[in-house]
Amino acid sequence: MAIASRGFRELRLERISRDFGTLNALKDVSLTVQRGEFIALLGPSGCGKSTALNCLAGLLPLTGGTIWLDEQRIDPLGPEQRGFGMVFQNYALFPHMTVRKNIAFGLQMQRRPRDEIARRVDEALQLVRLAEQGAKLPGQISGGQQQRVAIARAIVVEPPLVLMDEPLSNLDAKLRLEMRAEIRRIHTLLGCSTIYVTHDQDEAMSLADRIVVLRDGQVRQVGTPEELYARPAHADVAEFMGYRNIVPTDASPSDDGMVAVTVGGARLLGVPVERLGAGRAYAAIRPEDLTPSADGPVGATVETIEYRGRDFYGVGRAADGTELFFRSEERVAAGDVLRLGVAPERVLVYGTGG
Amino acid sequence: MKDRPTLRLRLAQRGLDGATLLILPAIAFVLALFVYPFLYGLFLSFTPKQGGALSNYARFFTDPYLYDTIGTTLLIAVPVTLLNVIVSVPVALRVRNLRRQRLLTTILVIPITLGTVLVAEGLLNYLGPRGWLNRVLLEFGLAEHPVRLVHNYWGVFLSLVITGFPFTFLLTLSYVTGVDPSLEQAGAMLGARARQRFARILLPLLVPGLTITLCLSFVQAFSVFPSAVLLGAPAGPTRVISIAAYQAAFEQYDYSMASAIAMIMAFVQVLIVVALLGLKGLAYRGPAGGGKG
Repeated sequence: MAIASRGFRELRLERISRDFGTLNALKDVSLTVQRGEFIALLGPSGCGKSTALNCLAGLLPLTGGTIWLDEQRIDPLGPEQRGFGMVFQNYALFPHMTVRKNIAFGLQMQRRPRDEIARRVDEALQLVRLAEQGAKLPGQISGGQQQRVAIARAIVVEPPLVLMDEPLSNLDAKLRLEMRAEIRRIHTLLGCSTIYVTHDQDEAMSLADRIVVLRDGQVRQVGTPEELYARPAHADVAEFMGYRNIVPTDASPSDDGMVAVTVGGARLLGVPVERLGAGRAYAAIRPEDLTPSADGPVGATVETIEYRGRDFYGVGRAADGTELFFRSEERVAAGDVLRLGVAPERVLVYGTGG
Repeated sequence: MKDRPTLRLRLAQRGLDGATLLILPAIAFVLALFVYPFLYGLFLSFTPKQGGALSNYARFFTDPYLYDTIGTTLLIAVPVTLLNVIVSVPVALRVRNLRRQRLLTTILVIPITLGTVLVAEGLLNYLGPRGWLNRVLLEFGLAEHPVRLVHNYWGVFLSLVITGFPFTFLLTLSYVTGVDPSLEQAGAMLGARARQRFARILLPLLVPGLTITLCLSFVQAFSVFPSAVLLGAPAGPTRVISIAAYQAAFEQYDYSMASAIAMIMAFVQVLIVVALLGLKGLAYRGPAGGGKG
């Protein structure tokens, strides 16, 4: 496969904003994307991630800020002049064109010679493993195949940047895992940069080199999947990254830079992530880190329990009424009273700053 | 007969049950108001005052004063229909992005609700030799003599555009808004400029809908009568086929001949509609969406 990406060194978003009337869908978002990087824009619905992608594509004009591709300012350009590839959430395949014609469309717009178009369409069809389906109309192939056509159509023109807007959200769970691997494979093979919008943290972590967490139109944290998993910068990011136990607590400094917090009536040590003021704080613990142990400080009564194959995930209630999500390797039953413990470095303590 | 299911059960299996009876009033309505008059007229057209069964038709196609009306009507109806459809597409493309779509739609619907006679009367005053338009043109020296826009071809033409355009436009608008906007966005992302997006993506998806619009607009324009009489020159350039039928029926009291003319009129319309629908069959037919969701 001889698709080598048209080069750029870096893409810079400088304080971009987009207002819809009085609503600020994006507020002063800045981000630098290196060539070849896979970036996931992650956030709950309404956080502005799709708006950011559409602004980058040129489908939505900015109301503030600039976008640079190396030394070229691209935000005044229309989508047809930017030359980015885009995979839409609903695929947006041209329903009246065959799969081949859909894929050839971008090359035809570039007025490539006919034999070159045929060769590159063949290569793209092979890349997405659809060599047999070229003559069919989009309505005649399955959702997963339509998805592959949409990807082939976006990458066949060798764009420097590929934008993907929740491309897997219309697929069933099994196909989603398959296509996830496929997208990563194609990205690595082509060496293009990809910006991928999703609300699924698993998807973002498994695909991306770096994750950008957005909330209310603002960047909350940028980091590698490992950084976000182990050390979310804010309590809301932690909640989004799977820290299901976010317990309001008091906090007092302890030795070695640790802080003492109260969870379910018991004293625990934790790691301060944000600077803590005098007021209230939040302790964030993943369910998988909170497990039963003989000397566990937190007492809880099991309310519900769910079998997940290797282990059990349950909901318990502490004596002071706090709801706690925990993991157990052994079978426990509703009504059991457990002692739960957690390693101090797995308790993250956030201020109320938000 | 014991081993066979009851008649009622067998009918139900074929989709006939008590609820089916509810369509009877509608069938009676159609029979009484459409099928019976049509068949009656058809029969009447073959029973002329003089001569054999086909003599009405023979007379129509040998008398240029009669058969020329087909050409006259087509000469008005075809350009009006094409103009209305061709103009309504870009307008609809612009309007679908407007916020105040409803206001514009309301303004456009008004000519339809007013009816052709009122519009014709209004145009007579407005476009006539002493109408506002000519007075303005003369006042500003833009014309030396009043421009003749009524009692000729152009009067009928303009009246049909005014009453026909809103209808054509509303139909077109519904087809245009039915095309998934993300398809055009996808086209733009692949480097297609506005004109290419229209020609390669929108237009092919609009062809089926525009064909239906053409058919309906054409039938409306072809059956023009009030404005051809009021705004046209009903003895000459705008002697459309419906005027010929009217004269046969109510000036010569030859209902048989009038029925024959009406049948010929219907036949011409059906011929053109069938031809258009046949062409449509060659185009893409299917959803105008981009996939799932």
